[in-house]
Amino acid sequence: MMTSRINPLLILFTVVVYIFLMGPLIIVLGASVSDTTYLTFPPQGLTLRWFENIFEISAFRRTIITSLELAFLATGLALLVGIPAAYALNRYRIKLPSWLSTVFVLPILVPEIVLGFSLLKSVAVGMETPIFLTLLIGHMLLVLPYCVRVVSASLASFDFSIEEAAVSLGSPPVKTFFTIVLPNVRSGVIAAFILAFITSINDVSTSLFLTGPGISTLPIQILAHVEQFFDPTIASVSVLLMLLTVAVMAIVERTLGLTFLAK
Amino acid sequence: MTQALTVQNLTAHYGTTKVLEDLSLSVGKGELVSLLGASGCGKTTTLRLIAGFLEPTSGTIRLGDKDLTRLPAYKRDIGLVFQNYALFPHLSVLDNVAFGLKQRGVASADREKRAKAMLERVGLSPLADRLPGALSGGQKQRVALARALVIEPPLLMFDEPLSNLDAKLRVDMRVEIRQLQRANGTTSVYVTHDQEEAFSISDRVAIMNAGRIMQFDTPEMLYQRPANAFVARFVGFENLVPMTVSARDGETVTATTQDGSQLKLSQERFGAIPDAFVLAARADGLSVSTDAKAEGIPATLGLRTYLGRAYQYQSETAAGQLIANGSLSAPLEPGAKAKLVPVPDQCCVLLPE
Repeated sequence: MMTSRINPLLILFTVVVYIFLMGPLIIVLGASVSDTTYLTFPPQGLTLRWFENIFEISAFRRTIITSLELAFLATGLALLVGIPAAYALNRYRIKLPSWLSTVFVLPILVPEIVLGFSLLKSVAVGMETPIFLTLLIGHMLLVLPYCVRVVSASLASFDFSIEEAAVSLGSPPVKTFFTIVLPNVRSGVIAAFILAFITSINDVSTSLFLTGPGISTLPIQILAHVEQFFDPTIASVSVLLMLLTVAVMAIVERTLGLTFLAK
Repeated sequence: MTQALTVQNLTAHYGTTKVLEDLSLSVGKGELVSLLGASGCGKTTTLRLIAGFLEPTSGTIRLGDKDLTRLPAYKRDIGLVFQNYALFPHLSVLDNVAFGLKQRGVASADREKRAKAMLERVGLSPLADRLPGALSGGQKQRVALARALVIEPPLLMFDEPLSNLDAKLRVDMRVEIRQLQRANGTTSVYVTHDQEEAFSISDRVAIMNAGRIMQFDTPEMLYQRPANAFVARFVGFENLVPMTVSARDGETVTATTQDGSQLKLSQERFGAIPDAFVLAARADGLSVSTDAKAEGIPATLGLRTYLGRAYQYQSETAAGQLIANGSLSAPLEPGAKAKLVPVPDQCCVLLPE
């Protein structure tokens, strides 16, 4: 039987990397169940009252809903703009100037703080838009580059003669887009959705400028909470967010298989 | 129902570049016509114009009595077979074939029946439920063929359909394509850069260059009677010798090469010979002779290669380097003086370019 010698240092290195990756998660998980009024690790005692506490604090309840609404709407709208944009950029790549695709990446080239501040000045104050709408505009801008880039990557390997084949067989162009093009870039669209959704849910810098009286997002609320309290509620919220992410990934894994993300 | 295709005075531009100039082409009912030429000659542009993926600057495209020129591609009802197969990767083989029928509103049961019958004809019934990704190149092209044929299009077009297949399969597939096309009697346009492929399966071939048709004729005529120097070179006439007529005696014409050597040519064989012309010959059409009295082009023989049926000589003449064949019985050494005698049946007279 063949055996291969593995360098013990390599094993040590691998273990260290894993600890490095998983350590923070374990610490947060531990702190969230600690029966103390301050954040500590390892946990002392065992309680779930900090999880209950999240839902007792109305600001958390409200901001969780706002954050979810915002993430769904911003991602949805960004995809509505991003998918056609990515399609056009790829379909007419030869005809279009090359800088055009760069335009769609600009929002991530600008530091988020600057993006937030400019939106505050020009949209929120300048145009006196409602807070939620301003947040939505900000988040959509923030996630649009991910949508365009990821869907583009998927379309880059799409053979547009397939589209022509469908058209030649009698399928009108718009119908062809939905029956032939979209099903073949499905994985890209889902990957874009997940990336955009997570970006929106986690955003602090841009949202910081755009939240206002009565309307805030979860990360901003966490920030506000930490300024006043040092109890493990924050750890519980974090665990909740982790579970949400794991749940999304589990659904994806069950329905599509995770390998599609690597495609 | 199959229809005749008539393309008239088609001109097309990419931006400001003219890619097709005043091209006219007619394909009779049930005929298979190839567009043959090197890449960039406009053959694929012509196909895409007929298919409706490009718009011409001017000119008309008619199929039977229907004017296609400004009709959107999806209403043209043309079967297309692509070089890279262009199968729908997310649909099964059967659904790929049934796709066109679905667009035509054929009921599901009938659709399946017809698609299955078509798959049977291309010998792929056992693979009906597979996805295209699981097929070989040849199988994919058969599915593409079935998909284009099942809608019984009045016109079928092929865009380099065999270029991605290996040599052996290419020959098998082209025979298969021709058999299916014949059996259905479908008017067809076939785009290729492969001369053998075009000549072997076409009723007529249009040889294209720089957006124009250089000659549109049967393969036999193109091969034996090229109309101009471009086509002559394209079909393998390696030797093009410019000549002028120095004397005419009835049907016999005495022609002089640039170095003054004289040849007698019969107008009975070549038709009317103009005062200045180009004599075109393949290596087979110039015979190496050491007979001092032979009428031919004086040459100094160079490298000799063995072809099995003859020896071939790279020969230096006043008209430049010519390639000629000599008999197997008397091999000649490099440096030998000889005459290159035109073999009338194997030569053509062309107008100077």
